[in-house]
Amino acid sequence: MSETFILKIYRGNPGKQYWEEFILKRIPYLNIISALMEIQKSPINSKGERVTPVVWEQGCLEEVCGSCSMLINGKPRQACTALVDKILDQTKTNTITLAPFSKFPLVRDLIVDRSLMFENLKKAHAWIDADGAFDRGPGPKISQEKQEVMYSLSTCMTCGCCVEACPQTGPKSKFVGPQIISQVRLFNDHPTGSLRKGERLRTMMEEGGISGCGNAQNCKPACPKGIPLTDSIAAIGRDTGIQAIKDLFSLPDRD
Amino acid sequence: MKTKKKVIVVGGGLAGLSAAMKLAENGCHVQIVSVTKVKRSHSVCAQGGINAAMNLMGEDDSPLIHAYDTIKGGDFLANQAPVLEMCLCAPAIIYMMDRFGCPFNRTPEGNLDFRRFGGTLYNRTAFCGASTGQQLLYSLDEQVRRHEVKGMVEKFENHEFLRLVQDDQGVTRGVVIMDLFNLKLEVLKADAVVIATGGCGLIFKKSTNSTFCTGAANGRLYRQGMKYANGEFIQIHPTAIPGTDKMRLMSESIRGEGGRIWVYGNSSNSVRMPDGRTIPCGTTGKPWYFLEEMYPAFGNLVPRDIGARELLRICEMGMGVDGQMQVYLDVSHLSDEKKKKLASVLDIYEKFTGEDPSKIPMRIFPAVHYTMGGGWVDWPAADDPNRWTRYRQMTNLPGCFNIGESDYQYHGANRLGANSLLSCIFSGLVAGQEVPRYLESLTSSFEETSSRTFEQSIQSELESRNGLLAAQGSENVHQLHDELAEWMVSNVTVKRNNEDLKRTLNKIQEIRERFKHISLDDHSQFANQTLAFALQFTPMLDLAQIITTGALYRNEFRGAHFKPEFPERDDQNWLKTTIATYDPKTGNPVISYEPVEMPYLKPILRDYSHAHKVKPVLENIPTNIILPI
Repeated sequence: MSETFILKIYRGNPGKQYWEEFILKRIPYLNIISALMEIQKSPINSKGERVTPVVWEQGCLEEVCGSCSMLINGKPRQACTALVDKILDQTKTNTITLAPFSKFPLVRDLIVDRSLMFENLKKAHAWIDADGAFDRGPGPKISQEKQEVMYSLSTCMTCGCCVEACPQTGPKSKFVGPQIISQVRLFNDHPTGSLRKGERLRTMMEEGGISGCGNAQNCKPACPKGIPLTDSIAAIGRDTGIQAIKDLFSLPDRD
Repeated sequence: MKTKKKVIVVGGGLAGLSAAMKLAENGCHVQIVSVTKVKRSHSVCAQGGINAAMNLMGEDDSPLIHAYDTIKGGDFLANQAPVLEMCLCAPAIIYMMDRFGCPFNRTPEGNLDFRRFGGTLYNRTAFCGASTGQQLLYSLDEQVRRHEVKGMVEKFENHEFLRLVQDDQGVTRGVVIMDLFNLKLEVLKADAVVIATGGCGLIFKKSTNSTFCTGAANGRLYRQGMKYANGEFIQIHPTAIPGTDKMRLMSESIRGEGGRIWVYGNSSNSVRMPDGRTIPCGTTGKPWYFLEEMYPAFGNLVPRDIGARELLRICEMGMGVDGQMQVYLDVSHLSDEKKKKLASVLDIYEKFTGEDPSKIPMRIFPAVHYTMGGGWVDWPAADDPNRWTRYRQMTNLPGCFNIGESDYQYHGANRLGANSLLSCIFSGLVAGQEVPRYLESLTSSFEETSSRTFEQSIQSELESRNGLLAAQGSENVHQLHDELAEWMVSNVTVKRNNEDLKRTLNKIQEIRERFKHISLDDHSQFANQTLAFALQFTPMLDLAQIITTGALYRNEFRGAHFKPEFPERDDQNWLKTTIATYDPKTGNPVISYEPVEMPYLKPILRDYSHAHKVKPVLENIPTNIILPI
């Protein structure tokens, strides 16, 4: 095993991106974040030039916050759980490439602006219409099976890996991507949330909604939380179909 | 007052969002300032659960027992009135979060499920798998987004708080913030500011905290005159995965579900038990479940400070796994159902070590976890005659409130597991009720504050920034941070002694001096993270100094503060709150003390070796308590 490895990073500002390489020490259990931290402490590239340290987003470093999304060897994932040894062993090379997500506007280096996903949460009415922040007794009873599904859908950390992996999304496409479709399923599944089911489904029936899915199924394997995104898309696909018929006959929104 | 009520909330974790939600509901226009998307705040890292004595498990539990456990767990350093009200409010908070759609685990009947956590004998911890903080945060994020769509909440994400703007009378009139992308400084004007910026674990770098948790906001406010209380109380969590970038938490819920801590026994060694007896260290070559042997009543679920100290003691005897500073945390014997409840934490372990914890015991070690100290805040109790002329959760700076992990209330000298999420939501709701009352009491508004006041505030921040950008020295701020963290972890965590604390204070001064000779490797005017971190570093050094000075002075053993030179709790001299105030002349903290308010429970011995379920008697409980929800 070589004692060093190369981190090859696609960096720069919008319109001025370039590749830069850094040679780093291989340490057991080193992750991509620790490697980037080493660059911060001594930002010298493989040519021996002192350069500006690489910038990236980070937060919890344990894969629950969704901050450190980036393309690692071309794959969208969280940099905190990307272990250097594991990747090098798998690829049998000495180089790991990092690049910012391509489906979101570039900010700088590895940072992109993922605000669009949060805007979609607003459009899709992704909340429960609770009466208010006061004591009104318990919520509805929920079976263990249902809680399990809801919990799984609710672990979505808006990291954007599924949106990045999807061939249908991008600057020229209006497709909202898997993340928000799965969130619609989450709130429609909840007994209180379902009271506004029709409203959410109709946003999914608009241009760029569910019909934009090309069924490539790249999203599910890209999700760091293992959320059953393709099931969500199927469920919402079916529900929007039913909603369309209801709307055709002007039937009221009722569960 | 004619103007619409405007409030700034700094920090968008559980506490900040809880406050923002309640404030919006109370008709305030809220501006949230957050260094990240609020949904990515550090609250997501809380794994195990949230406490509420709802007594739904047939155990005859009650909020009073919860208060008793919390006060005792905090080694009597917490003021008792806020603790009691938090525990009384807890069941309503759980029901509220349940109505918001938070996916709590369920019983077969479809009701809320509860698990047992450290420092208690009751099953009173509601949970969502092993990512409860994430789920609670998302539920509040959703409710706040709803208010955002209605126009009641405005978010300034990727913005950092730099300074509180105070008028000539010292009254809060707004904040100076920096856009972390284009680096522009901006003033937001309001008559109340709520600080909810979390803990300061990053001072120790290798902590379980997110990288956002620098404590910089509190450090900056301290320089502006805010009192900082109980700084020396830093919780060390017994079980984390050691790493080079951070220590990853392995939730207490693992032990709550039956996980056991052990090392291989060595009968030729002996250990002194908490009850004074000396026993051999298990049987040579066989697993020795030392916590279960030492603390038969609580076993692996002793409070965190005790767990961390015992782990360290065993490792220092050379009994750690492979002779290293690590012990086993074992879930391999648990049922599949229990493992499923823990899936998200066990998954983290596997992802970072490559080992499957359902087959091989995990190797863990204690790590810096929670900041019990924080901004000093007021708490007029329900039966205080001036209850309605004072404001709960308000710092000594008029109009500046402080909530969540960044305040000092609720946890005393040691926080009990699953009480942090509760204190965050509760203190946020309290601020949501108290801030509007404060605003109504004002006779003037920020609109009458001279524009010069705001301009000067921006100017002063611009000068600090330009100074850093112009610096041409040879030091690197990240290397200085590593050095600071190494000293802090070695000398100001589980075990402290005065000689090392003095050396650490000198080291902090040395680093402060060297910080004057840094240069930034990045001079760009866009998304310059080196600049942002360098700006945080001075307040981090200030807090490091407060923590270390408080620890040096406090010559006793209380909760998380353990000094072998002074092995007993000393109520005579030290049952008091430490207050650090910034002295602009010397640049050092001035330390003073104030008494702890103990109206309900007199201090008792904090014994976890022979505990039984007790029905504690709390005296003098006010009859006119009004909970925030």
